[in-house]
Amino acid sequence: MSVESIHIPAAREQRPADAPVWQVRVGTRLSRFAAVAGIALIVALAALPAIASRNLIQDLIFVFTMLTLAQLWNVLAGWGGLVSVGQQAFVGLGAYALFAGIVMAGLDPVAAISLAGLFAALVAAVLGPLLFRLEGPYFAIGSWVAAEALRLICAQFKSLGGGTGMSISPGELSQMVGLKMVQALLGLRPAAARDVLVYWLALLLAVLVTLGIYAFMRSHHGLALAASRDNAAAARSVGVRTARTRYVLWIAVAFATGMVGAVVYLQKARISPDAAFSVTDWTAYVIFIVVIGGVRTIEGPMVGVLLLWGLVTYLAQFGSLYLVVLGTLAILIMLFMPTGVWGAAARRWQLQLFPTQRWLGRSESSPTPL
Amino acid sequence: MSGFDTIIEGVLLGGVYALFALGLSLIFGIMRLVNLAHGDLILFAAYLVLSATIALGLPLAVASLLVVITMFVLGFVLQRLVLERVLGDDILPPLLVTFGLSVVIQNGLLLGYGADSRRLQAGAFESSSVVLAPGLSVGLAPLTALVTAVAAVALLQLIFYRTSLGRAFRATADNPAIAQLMGVNERNVYAIAVGLSLAVSVIAAVVLGIRASFDPSIGPARLLYAFEAVIIGGLGSLWGTLAGGIVLGLAQAIGGRINPEWQILAGHLAFLVVLMVRPRGLFPARRT
Amino acid sequence: MTALLNVTALDAFYGDFQALFGIDFELNEGEAVAVIGANGAGKSTMLKSLAGLVKNRPDAIRLAGRAIGDASAASIVRLGLALVPEGRQLFPSLSVEENLLIGAYGGERSAPWDLAAVYRMFPVLKERRRGDVTALSGGQQQMVAIGRALMSNPSVLLCDEISLGLAPIVVEDIYRMLPQIRSGGTAIVLVEQDIARALRASDRFYCLQEGRVTLSGRPRDVDQDTIRAAYFGA
Repeated sequence: MSVESIHIPAAREQRPADAPVWQVRVGTRLSRFAAVAGIALIVALAALPAIASRNLIQDLIFVFTMLTLAQLWNVLAGWGGLVSVGQQAFVGLGAYALFAGIVMAGLDPVAAISLAGLFAALVAAVLGPLLFRLEGPYFAIGSWVAAEALRLICAQFKSLGGGTGMSISPGELSQMVGLKMVQALLGLRPAAARDVLVYWLALLLAVLVTLGIYAFMRSHHGLALAASRDNAAAARSVGVRTARTRYVLWIAVAFATGMVGAVVYLQKARISPDAAFSVTDWTAYVIFIVVIGGVRTIEGPMVGVLLLWGLVTYLAQFGSLYLVVLGTLAILIMLFMPTGVWGAAARRWQLQLFPTQRWLGRSESSPTPL
Repeated sequence: MSGFDTIIEGVLLGGVYALFALGLSLIFGIMRLVNLAHGDLILFAAYLVLSATIALGLPLAVASLLVVITMFVLGFVLQRLVLERVLGDDILPPLLVTFGLSVVIQNGLLLGYGADSRRLQAGAFESSSVVLAPGLSVGLAPLTALVTAVAAVALLQLIFYRTSLGRAFRATADNPAIAQLMGVNERNVYAIAVGLSLAVSVIAAVVLGIRASFDPSIGPARLLYAFEAVIIGGLGSLWGTLAGGIVLGLAQAIGGRINPEWQILAGHLAFLVVLMVRPRGLFPARRT
Repeated sequence: MTALLNVTALDAFYGDFQALFGIDFELNEGEAVAVIGANGAGKSTMLKSLAGLVKNRPDAIRLAGRAIGDASAASIVRLGLALVPEGRQLFPSLSVEENLLIGAYGGERSAPWDLAAVYRMFPVLKERRRGDVTALSGGQQQMVAIGRALMSNPSVLLCDEISLGLAPIVVEDIYRMLPQIRSGGTAIVLVEQDIARALRASDRFYCLQEGRVTLSGRPRDVDQDTIRAAYFGA
C-alpha cells in the first residue's frame, strides 16, 4: 500500500481514539491492481520468445525501444520543461559508440551497450551547460543543431564507414555473451537468437526506465521539478533549486537514450549517420507517441506506442502520406485533446495506473507516530 | 586571392541566411513563438513560386509577389485558426504544433512534388556577374540576395520603429494585456506578425531557389541556419540578425574552403562557440 | 436622464473566486466620481471590469446606452473609455512620445486631446519625448500614463491609484490637472486609497467593502464617521 509518511502536527496531539486521521496518499486501488497485472504482463512478455514468431519479436523490439524513448522524452520535455528536438543525438551517439566498441575495441556487444550510454551521458554533460543558455523554446532548436553537428562529426570517422555507414558482419556478433545459451534454449539460429537477446534487453530497458521515471516523479526532486515547470518564480521562492535537478535529468535521459540507440542498432547491425541521427525516426515518432498518448503521464506513452504500432502496420506502406497523417493527427490532438488519449480517458473515468498526484485520504487506523 | 574570394562568398551566403532568419526573429520577438516549421514554410513558398512560374507561366517577379500575398494570408489564418489556440505560458504546445506542421509540410511537399531537386529559373540573371574590381567578380544573383537582405532589414526596421503597427508590435511584446487597453487587438497583431513573417520568408525562398537547387527535405536545415543567425547576432535586433547571418556564412565558407565536408559543420561549430563565449550574441539589443 | 456610464448588478469573478457582488454605479458626463475602499475591497476589479479586462454579463455595463459588459478591452477604448492602470504600466520598448502615440492607436476620436495638447499640459514630457520611459521619474511616468490614456480622447477616464508611490508634492501637481481634463468633456473615475484627496477632487463617491457598495453620496453630505464605518465595516 502506498501511504507516504505524514506530518500533520495535529496527529501528535492528544486526540480522541475514534477521530479520523488524514493521510497523504499516492496510490489508488486501481494502481495496486495495475501493479499486479503489470508484473504478470512483464513475465508473460519475457516468456513470449518461446512461442512468438520472429516478426512479432522484431515488432515488439520496435515497441519497447520507442516506448522507452517516449518515456524519456516525456520526462525531459513534459516534466522537466526541456523541450528537446535533438534526442536523436543520443540515439546516434549510443549507436556509434556501440559500433566503435565492437569494431575498434573488440568489446562484447552487451558490455558495449552500457558504455554507449555512458558516452552519450558524457556528451550530454558537456553540451548541457551550453544549450541551457538558450531561453525556453530556443533550447528546442539548439538541441537540434547539436544533433546535426554530432551527425556531421560521426560522418567524419572513416573507420566507422564515414558518411555512408557500415555493417557488422554476423560473424563478429556470433560470440556475443548469452547468444549460445539462447540458441540452445530456444533452438534458434544465431540471427534469430540475437533478435531474442535484443528483445529481452529492450524489454528490460523499457521496464527499468519506466519504473525509474515513476520513482523519480514521486521523489521530492521530481515534485520540485514539476513545481518549477508550473511556476519557476514561485518554486524558487520556496527554495526549490531545479537547475541542478534539470542538468542531472538531462544527463540521465541521455544515458538511457544512448543505451536504447545501442540496443536498436545491435539488432539492425547496420549504421549510417543519416539513419542513426534521424530526426523523424528518433524524435518525430517519439513526440507523436507522447502527444497522442498524453503528455505528462506515464501511461500516455504506453497508449501512444500501441497506437503508433497499429498505424505503422497499416499505413507505413504509404510513405510520406503516412507522416502527413501522423503530423496532422498530432496537431489535431494538441488543439482539441491536449492531454492526449490517455489524459482524456483518465479524466473521464478517473483512472490512474501510475499515480503521481498526492491526495488526502481519511483513515480510521492510527498511523505510526512520527 | 582565394582567401578574399572565400570572404566574399561567405558574406554573400550570409545575406541568404539573414533572409531565412528575419521571419523567425520577427515572431519570436513579438510573440515569443518559436516556429519549428519555419524552414519548411520557406520551402513551401519556394514550391509555390515554382508552380506559379511553371504551371501558370507567370514571370518570376509576378509569381513572387503573388506568393508573398498568399503566404501573408496563410500566416494570418494559421495564427488565428491554429497557433492562437496553443500560445500561452506553457512552451510545449506551440513547439509541438509547429513541429507537427514541419513534418506535415515536408512530407506533403514530397507527395506533391516528389524528391527531385528543383530550381527557380531567373534567366540570364542567375549566371551573370558583376566586376567589382579588376580580377574580382561577383555573381549577380548572390549580390542581389545580399542587397535584398539589407533592404528587407531596413524595411522591417522602418515598420517597427516608424509606424503605428510597429508600435503596436513592440507594445504587445512588452505587455499584451496593457496593449489591449490602448485599443490594440492582440489577436490581429499576432496574426499580422505571423503573416509578415511568412511574407518575408517568400523573399528568402526566391533567393534560395535562384541560387541553388532545392528539394523537400532541406527545410529543417534552413530552420537551423536561420536560428543560428538569430542567436549569433543576438536576440531582439534585426541588424544583429543580418550580422549573425554573415558570420554564419563566413564560417561555412571558410570551413568549406578547408574541406568541403566541413562546410555545414563549421557553421554549427561557430554557433556553439558563440554560445559559449557570448551567450547573448555578438550584437545584442539594448534591452532584453 | 440616463447616465454616461451605467453599471447594474455587476458581479465579477476570477475563476471561481467572486470579487464583486451586485455593484450598481453610475457616472454622468463630465463628472468626477471617487471609488474608495480598503485593500481588496474590489476597486481595481471594478475598473478592470469596466475596461474589459474582466468579462461580465453584456448588460451589466452600459456606456452611453451601449452594452459593453462582455466587449473586448480593445473595442471598449475605441468606444471612449480609457484606463490609467495601477502601477502606470508604460511600455519600456517605446519612447516617451511613442507611449503617448500608442494611446491613440484605436483611431482618432474627436478633439481635444492630441500630442500637442498633452505636451501643453505636461511640458516636461515634451523635453523628454525621445527618451526612455524607464529613465523618467515616477511622477513623469504617471504623466505619460495619463497622457497615453487621454490620447484616445475618452469620454470616461478611469484612474487606478494614480498617487501610489509618488511624493505628495508630485501628487498635488497631477491632481491639479484633473479640472483641465474634465473641462475637455471627460468624466473621471478616481480609485484611491487616499480617501481625503479622492473626496476633495470628486463630485460624488462610492465606498466598496468586500466587493459590495456600502455607501455612496456627495462628500459634503457625509461625515467622517459614516465613511469610516462604510470603509472598515462596523
